[in-house]
Amino acid sequence: MDFDFAAEQPKLFMLMYGLLAFVVVVGGLLLLLDVVPSWFARRREAQLVAASTSGAPLPRRRKPREGMFAFFFLLPTLLLLMIGLVVPAIRTTLLSFMDAGSNNWVGLRNYGWLFSEDSIVRVLTNTLIWVLLVPLVATSFGLLYAVMVDKARFEAVAKSLIFLPMAISFVGASIIWKFVYAYRGDEQEQIGLLNQIVVSLGGEPKQWLLESPLNTFLLIVIMVWIQAGFAMVVLSAAIKAIPADIVEAARLDGVTPWQMFWRITMPSIRPALIVVVVTLSIATLKVFDIVRTATNGNYDTSVIANEMYNQAFRYGENGQGSALAVFLFVLVIPIVIYQIRNLRQQREG
Amino acid sequence: MAFARSRQALAIAGVLGLALGATACGTGNDKKSSKAGSAECAAYEKYQGNDGKKVSIYASIRDAEADLLEQSWKQFEDCTGIKIDYEGSGEFEAQLPVRVDGGNAPDIAFVPQPGLVKRFADSGKLKSLGADTKALAEQNMPADWLKYGTVNGTLYGVPLGANVKSFVWYSPKTFKEKGWEVPTTWDQLVTLSDKIAASGVKPWCAGVESGDATGWPATDWIEDLMLRTQTPEVYDQWTTHAIPFNDPRVAEAVDRAGTILKNEKYMNGGFGGVKSITTTSFQEAGVPVTTGKCAMHRQASFYANQFPEGTKVAEDGDAFAFYFPAIDPAKGKPVLGAGEFVVGFADRPEVQAVQTYLASGEYVNSRAKLGNWLTANNKLDIANVASPIDKLSVQILQDKSAVFRFDGSDLMPAGVGAGTFWKGMVDWLNGKDTATVLKGVENSWPK
Repeated sequence: MDFDFAAEQPKLFMLMYGLLAFVVVVGGLLLLLDVVPSWFARRREAQLVAASTSGAPLPRRRKPREGMFAFFFLLPTLLLLMIGLVVPAIRTTLLSFMDAGSNNWVGLRNYGWLFSEDSIVRVLTNTLIWVLLVPLVATSFGLLYAVMVDKARFEAVAKSLIFLPMAISFVGASIIWKFVYAYRGDEQEQIGLLNQIVVSLGGEPKQWLLESPLNTFLLIVIMVWIQAGFAMVVLSAAIKAIPADIVEAARLDGVTPWQMFWRITMPSIRPALIVVVVTLSIATLKVFDIVRTATNGNYDTSVIANEMYNQAFRYGENGQGSALAVFLFVLVIPIVIYQIRNLRQQREG
Repeated sequence: MAFARSRQALAIAGVLGLALGATACGTGNDKKSSKAGSAECAAYEKYQGNDGKKVSIYASIRDAEADLLEQSWKQFEDCTGIKIDYEGSGEFEAQLPVRVDGGNAPDIAFVPQPGLVKRFADSGKLKSLGADTKALAEQNMPADWLKYGTVNGTLYGVPLGANVKSFVWYSPKTFKEKGWEVPTTWDQLVTLSDKIAASGVKPWCAGVESGDATGWPATDWIEDLMLRTQTPEVYDQWTTHAIPFNDPRVAEAVDRAGTILKNEKYMNGGFGGVKSITTTSFQEAGVPVTTGKCAMHRQASFYANQFPEGTKVAEDGDAFAFYFPAIDPAKGKPVLGAGEFVVGFADRPEVQAVQTYLASGEYVNSRAKLGNWLTANNKLDIANVASPIDKLSVQILQDKSAVFRFDGSDLMPAGVGAGTFWKGMVDWLNGKDTATVLKGVENSWPK
């Protein structure tokens, strides 16, 4: 392969533009950060000089100007948050009360559709199953594993085995598992691991991903496979952080391993446990890649995020898509509030 | 201190100035290479006067097919000096509305769904055709086709490429060996299927898996059967929702399709039983025809490209197609097809010039000569169509007794035609009954 600079010229130009834009934006920000504070400083200096020469009392630092100063530094963040988060959120909410083409107001019709259409109710039920099972199973599995391998031989190897799937993207993992669930007819050689096991045990190969509601659980397995490693690593670190004197004191008191786990380990790692469950819950609520890759939402496996994309971008139903997005947002809020409360309690406690 | 600060600021300002200056140097070296005067450009005389202008085109056609497209209008570009910026996307249907709503619409798009053309026309995003384009389109295109590019009496989309869907793929070689005859009536088709099934070979194969478009090949079956069990008028009422989706006449067509698609004796050669249809990809679904594991596969003309390399696609070769027979020949010869429509989001003179060119005989013959393409444009010279299957398709399209109807799922609102209808067919193939499936689709039709 020879590299033709002339042919690649447009791409090279694009690269250069990108770099230049980066320099311009970052340089501009640096310049502002340099100029503005020094301007304020000079003004204050001038005021002080003026005050000292006139013999008048020194002007007190005024709060409003401080506020202005802080506002100036917050401005870029606020602006980006407005453009990237607040405005779209408000617009999505407004769109959810409008029709497919976003031309007329339709009131609550899209929300009525959400709960009356059988296929959408199915989507909501599936999401519920996901959000109940994934955090529960992934966290339990991660915790169990973390406790079992703690201080065992080959701990590092054992942990990295479970952690490895974290490095695989959702799409990649789904493709891998699609092969595990793959089906070939009776007379053909099976290429799917699961069906091969079934066949060698004397059973008949099954179309795993077609059978509802079993298929939803099989998809959940993929998510658990990826996320158990995350739960395990965080919880394992928390277990290691339990002060040795507490453990030692408990040992001296003669606890059983069972008591050790429930009385010592669990209370000590509670904050980490909550973080893991909350993170997993939010990640599960917005799961999209696994369903889209493995079944594309067919065979009754669709979830909210997947249906939202289909409605808004593929079917041109802006209103219904937005209603799903708002509903998802409403579902996430309680989890976020719970998390913030917990953080605050910890800080105070 | 103050001095040091201002020098620092100066340095940063200097770097910025340099950066901006360098950016400015990067542009403005476009070369013009119009050969307007030469003899080969005589045909492009009427498109002159737009030298150096750019027109952007956005479509779903990618890779090898896109290269052929760009090749097909190369001479036009050279002669008129109009530069065509082509971009193909696999997410075309989802991305086009985003680009249009975001104020970043292409000048021209090739839209395969009349339903989507209507959506853009209704929201006022499309420009109506220029007088030249309109006149040429009306002259070159069959009225059946223009109808699908027309919204509320205004012509917005000019048909470009086309494909014929009423085809059944078979292996002429296998048929000859086994002494099977190509059926020309529905009864013959059923008799042949039974005969093949009795000989121990599954006569039919099908597959509807197609990524996020899973289900579409099954909707083609239903549309073809709608045209065969009902009149074209009922078909039109069905696609425009003048009759409900779960009308008994629709159910009749679906059940008739079921006599083949959901028949365990017939399906699914080379893959397993009926249930394997939903997980077999449409690309590989017809391949068993060439290996003798399946005898017939109903799929559009473009399926010719899906056979393994080295397969001879011809009347005496390894694979070819016959016309999917009518049930009642007295009702005429129904043809199901599809294609894409050229619509304009801009009406600058150079954009109109390109639109007019794409509707012209020069263009369609230039594109057809490169192979693997056909159109309903009546200026297409069949001598320029090389492959036998494309020739057969053009013959069918130009047949005066043929009743042409466009792919119904492309005419319906996207939520149905690219959503619940597809999904409904997947459920139906997986064992749900006709009434439940049709009722579900009916309920999802946007009110």
